Amino acid sequence: MQVLMILLLVLVIACALAVALTKNLLTAAVVFMTQSLALSVIWLILESPDLGITEAAVGAGVDSLLLFATLKKIRAIDASIRRKEEDGHGEAP
Amino acid sequence: MAKLRENLPSSRWGRFLRWLREGDDVLDRSMAEALEAPAPAPADALVPLPIPRRLTRTRQRNLTRMEKRLRALYVVTAVLICSGIIALLLVTTAGLPDFGDPDNPANNEVPRHYIEKGLEETGAVNIVAGMILDYRAFDTLGESNVLFVAVCAVIILLRLHSGDPRERLRDEADERSREPGHDIILQVVAALIIPLILLFGVYVILNGHLSPGGGFSGGAVMGAALILFQLAFGERHTARFFTFRTFRIVSVLALGFYASAKAYSFFTGANHLPSFITPGIPGKIFSAGLIPYLNIAVGMVVCCTMYALYSLFRKGDV
Amino acid sequence: MSHLTELAAIILFGIGFTLLLVDRNLIKKIIGFSMTDSGMYLYLAAKGYITGRKAPIVVNGVTEMEAYINPIPAGLVLTGIVVSVASSAVMLALTVRLYRRYGTLNIDEIADRAGRAGKEDA
Repeated sequence: MQVLMILLLVLVIACALAVALTKNLLTAAVVFMTQSLALSVIWLILESPDLGITEAAVGAGVDSLLLFATLKKIRAIDASIRRKEEDGHGEAP
Repeated sequence: MAKLRENLPSSRWGRFLRWLREGDDVLDRSMAEALEAPAPAPADALVPLPIPRRLTRTRQRNLTRMEKRLRALYVVTAVLICSGIIALLLVTTAGLPDFGDPDNPANNEVPRHYIEKGLEETGAVNIVAGMILDYRAFDTLGESNVLFVAVCAVIILLRLHSGDPRERLRDEADERSREPGHDIILQVVAALIIPLILLFGVYVILNGHLSPGGGFSGGAVMGAALILFQLAFGERHTARFFTFRTFRIVSVLALGFYASAKAYSFFTGANHLPSFITPGIPGKIFSAGLIPYLNIAVGMVVCCTMYALYSLFRKGDV
Repeated sequence: MSHLTELAAIILFGIGFTLLLVDRNLIKKIIGFSMTDSGMYLYLAAKGYITGRKAPIVVNGVTEMEAYINPIPAGLVLTGIVVSVASSAVMLALTVRLYRRYGTLNIDEIADRAGRAGKEDA
């Protein structure tokens, strides 16, 4: 159990470093989700099953999902701005 | 970035300042002026708003050398400060009692009371659930409140049906990718798996006082099931059973029930009114007094909140 | 070397805080804020753990204090996790509105364009 704990803690810190050093936002969101998953197992090893279930459902679930939804919305806005630029500025006064 | 308000002379603060300087009759004069002002012109026909200049993709201007140097200095200083904070915290932690020591100062008479008297006073087998919903129920009320306020804030920021119809036309053109693409694999798998997820969520909520779980985790699981439903089947099917009205009614009723069940001790003192709800037999579902009902209330709030947050991001409306 | 969990929690807090201060992208700042929160929760929950004892769920009617860990930090962290997701949601909504208004996620560019817009309007 001690070895598993050390491995998980190293995984959490490695995920944190990966999020800090990457430039791609989608990569950052996915690695953040992995970090939440590792953290959820750490809560179980620390004998708090309530925290484990809540972190798995909320951290690795809804929180990361909101990040993906934001990225999708930003790209959607981005795509529609580019579309309007291409065909709107040709005709509009 | 503070700009002077354009209507300062006619706003309340401006009038107050003028009253301070000049006396009482300035208020009557300004009221007469406001009553005589002409009504604003009606809105134009429904033409979409043009995109403002600043939204077009300007090229990022290259930083001057001075700015690059300042930027590097800022980064180095920030990293140094953070390393200093980390070092300080590490030094402090080394002086704290050992990890997992039973003689920690944190293990004093309060956990002793919660663990030893918890089962007979609250009736909850899960000591943490009994603690957050009975001994410290006010904290959980504050937290449900924070969730509610967060959803209100996101609704204000992101809800798309604003009063201006031209802005609505432009936003609806942006949000065109809302309907699913008839993805058959996703729909079949979702049809099989959503009832199971909902059942699991209901199980976790109801057994919150008997096993690990409780209102928050169960509510989040149920919210995730609703999100999957919207992803797989589209908003038309979801709107059959979950509209903005449903969200409003469920949230307000659940929060109101929780507040009225636990917050009246402002008026009656720290010990609640003598409760006729007995703790019951530990181990049954309908034991532990009010805890199952409070769990259901919290679960409903969290479920609606999680789904509403996702839905506001995805399509701009609950 | 018994403070391993606290060490990892402090390093996580530090990385998150540095990300919040240094990175120029708004979304990375929000991720850094969330990481700071996670680090603090890890530290708190590690303070409640006692070696050799079990999770605080009563089994077989054993209600001595010597059989379970400290339940109080777990209750505090449970509240904290949900509040963290709520504040993340509000920050992400603000980011979407800022992007719609200024067209970029870079905070230096936003300050620049806001300054120029202020000078145009005034």
